[in-house]
Amino acid sequence: MYALLKNFFTVLKHMARGDKWYYIWLAFLSFFIIAGVASYIRQLNTGLILTAMRDQVSWGFYISNFTFLVGVAAAAVLLVVPAYIYNFKPIKEIVLFGELLAVTAITMCILFILVDMGRPERVWHLMPIIGTMNFPSSLLAWDVVVLNGYLAINFLISFYVLYKMSHSKEYSIQLIKPLILISIPWAISIHTVTAFLYNGLSARPFWNASILAPRFIASALSSGPALMIIIFQIVRKVSKIDIDNKAIFKIAELIAYAIGLNLFLFGAEFFKEFYSGSIHLAPMEYLYFGLHGKTALVPWMWSALIFNITAFLIFLSPTARENFLTLNLACVLIIAGVYIEKGMGLVVPGFVPGVLGEIYEYSPSWTEKSITIGIWATGAMLYTLLLKFAMPIYTGELRFLSKTGK
Amino acid sequence: MPNKIKGNSISKSISRRGFLKGAALGLASTAIPFGTADASVWDAFLQKHFREMNEDEIQTVIKRLEKEYDKKFDTKFNIKTTKAMPGTLFGYGLDLSRCIGCRRCVYACVRENNQSRDPQIHWITVLRFKKGEKWIDLEESEKYYYPGAVPEEGYFYMPVQCQQCENPPCVRVCPTKATWKEPDGIVVVDYNWCIGCRYCMAACPYGARHFNWAKPRIRKEELNPETHYLGNRPRYAGVVEKCTFCVQRTRAGRYPACVEICPVGARKFGNLLDPKSEIRYCIENKRVFRLKEDLNTYPKFYYFFAT
Ligand code: SF4
Ligand code: SF4
Repeated sequence: MYALLKNFFTVLKHMARGDKWYYIWLAFLSFFIIAGVASYIRQLNTGLILTAMRDQVSWGFYISNFTFLVGVAAAAVLLVVPAYIYNFKPIKEIVLFGELLAVTAITMCILFILVDMGRPERVWHLMPIIGTMNFPSSLLAWDVVVLNGYLAINFLISFYVLYKMSHSKEYSIQLIKPLILISIPWAISIHTVTAFLYNGLSARPFWNASILAPRFIASALSSGPALMIIIFQIVRKVSKIDIDNKAIFKIAELIAYAIGLNLFLFGAEFFKEFYSGSIHLAPMEYLYFGLHGKTALVPWMWSALIFNITAFLIFLSPTARENFLTLNLACVLIIAGVYIEKGMGLVVPGFVPGVLGEIYEYSPSWTEKSITIGIWATGAMLYTLLLKFAMPIYTGELRFLSKTGK
Repeated sequence: MPNKIKGNSISKSISRRGFLKGAALGLASTAIPFGTADASVWDAFLQKHFREMNEDEIQTVIKRLEKEYDKKFDTKFNIKTTKAMPGTLFGYGLDLSRCIGCRRCVYACVRENNQSRDPQIHWITVLRFKKGEKWIDLEESEKYYYPGAVPEEGYFYMPVQCQQCENPPCVRVCPTKATWKEPDGIVVVDYNWCIGCRYCMAACPYGARHFNWAKPRIRKEELNPETHYLGNRPRYAGVVEKCTFCVQRTRAGRYPACVEICPVGARKFGNLLDPKSEIRYCIENKRVFRLKEDLNTYPKFYYFFAT
């Protein structure tokens, strides 16, 4: 018990210490978190009427961000596969940071769902045993299970490994291997279930297309690892951890395949809708050309497409992806491209035109923007603290007392 | 007028000083009600799903709700829990060739069912179509038409409300079973169980479900105190609501308010299981169709033309 408490304080003390930039960064994030919380309190008081959502477009920016982050959460899986299955050493060493990112992203997903709920205090109705989960028919009930399960798996793996490391012990691969193996299909499942959540609604032709789930996976496997590449470079810079360029370039190569697949699937969807030209073309038309003079999303969608194609070309060329300037540019482009495409570009056209043919142009209100930025800042803060805790353990600078008091 | 409206004003401007107070109140009232002396807040928070309560528990809840409404609206409410009658399956008919687009049904519904007046919620949407134009994908329809007089030359109208699907996608997707189909075929919502996720709104192909984006406001003298738990009792901010075929009336043997008010008799209502009912006669003898039949939702709402 004593050792435990002592270790806890060691961690706290460690997290509180840092250089000037560390404090500036935390202060910067805190500012947005506080602003977000203030907006959320107003939203609680007044109702979701402070958002731009209405009956016609009943999901908006929150659910868009949620969808994007489910994709990010699976970034870990792409790293786990080569690391453990093929024993690709350079990646194996950095898998931990991917798992911590998954923990962060899922936490943000849960926050986005909570702020979108009309009655957040009734969230217990959605829990097993005490609530009344609509199993197996509601995909949202499934999503609650797979997302929380995924959170638990990644939390267990990363904290077990950190625990062992911090006590200077080798972790037993036999013990966590089953967890790691299960985390691979599980990561696919969080995407798939989230895609099915939209996919199963015959009322919304834009979502009711079989290509939705494969596109979810392809786009997530492009943007998530791109985010990891950026994070690895930061980790390398601020700590003594040495991340092999080989690992980064390998990930970049995998991203090229994922983007290629995503673009192909997009082409297939585009062809089917425009060539057959049935009435279900309307949402696609709204996205890329506008409908009845309503064009709010058109510039965004074309930018996203150009971003995705440019990023694809860069990732495809070995010289371009092994040059950090172009590599980082491509990472930013693909993250932005997928953020638009899998966020607003996915959620809004489900509702435009509406089921009764109405076109309601949605664009997020200040409350939505401020709460969204607040959640992103919370995520950044959480990940910063997790890294701050994990990095020195990883490098051996931070070690705990074990129970014997050594 | 604003100070006559019951409930909290949504346009209350928040001054800087009042803000923190509002913040504290917001956390206390909207989120989990820690530290309140009033036990009924906890009772409300812990209230069970309507279908999981026994008769005694339901009666306790009804008493508490009546007290709550009395306090909130200064009006004595009567909340019934009448069950579905065996051997009934309600069905609705609407004669498109008669409807003149006057929207009397829309407002009769609002009055009967205690919908919020500000922000406005309407359970019935009347769509206007230009004669001779493509209309089945509904995209050419006009919801916001403002005629000097109805019917307008060259147009026809189609009112849409909850179709009380026999195979309702809204029920299928609800993660908490807060909405379900009753034995008499009416799809209802437990406003005390709905978490406000709005998944059902995404799933409904008929735009029939409406969300309380703010605290509903109704003037005291416009309240209808004769209510049903699953029907027209006043709702809360952050929950979904919809047409219930006026469950409070129809389970007591009356017609829905929209049927009663329609000046041209375009609206028909009755028991689909009764072979001698008017609704059965219409279905069997007129040209009927149901909206978006390709989705297999099996609406119990039939549109028909003259024979
Ligand atoms: S019309 Fe919509 S709300 Fe009514 S039962 Fe069908 S799906 Fe549900
Ligand atoms: S909004 Fe309410 S009724 Fe609709 S799906 Fe969510 S919990 Fe169920």
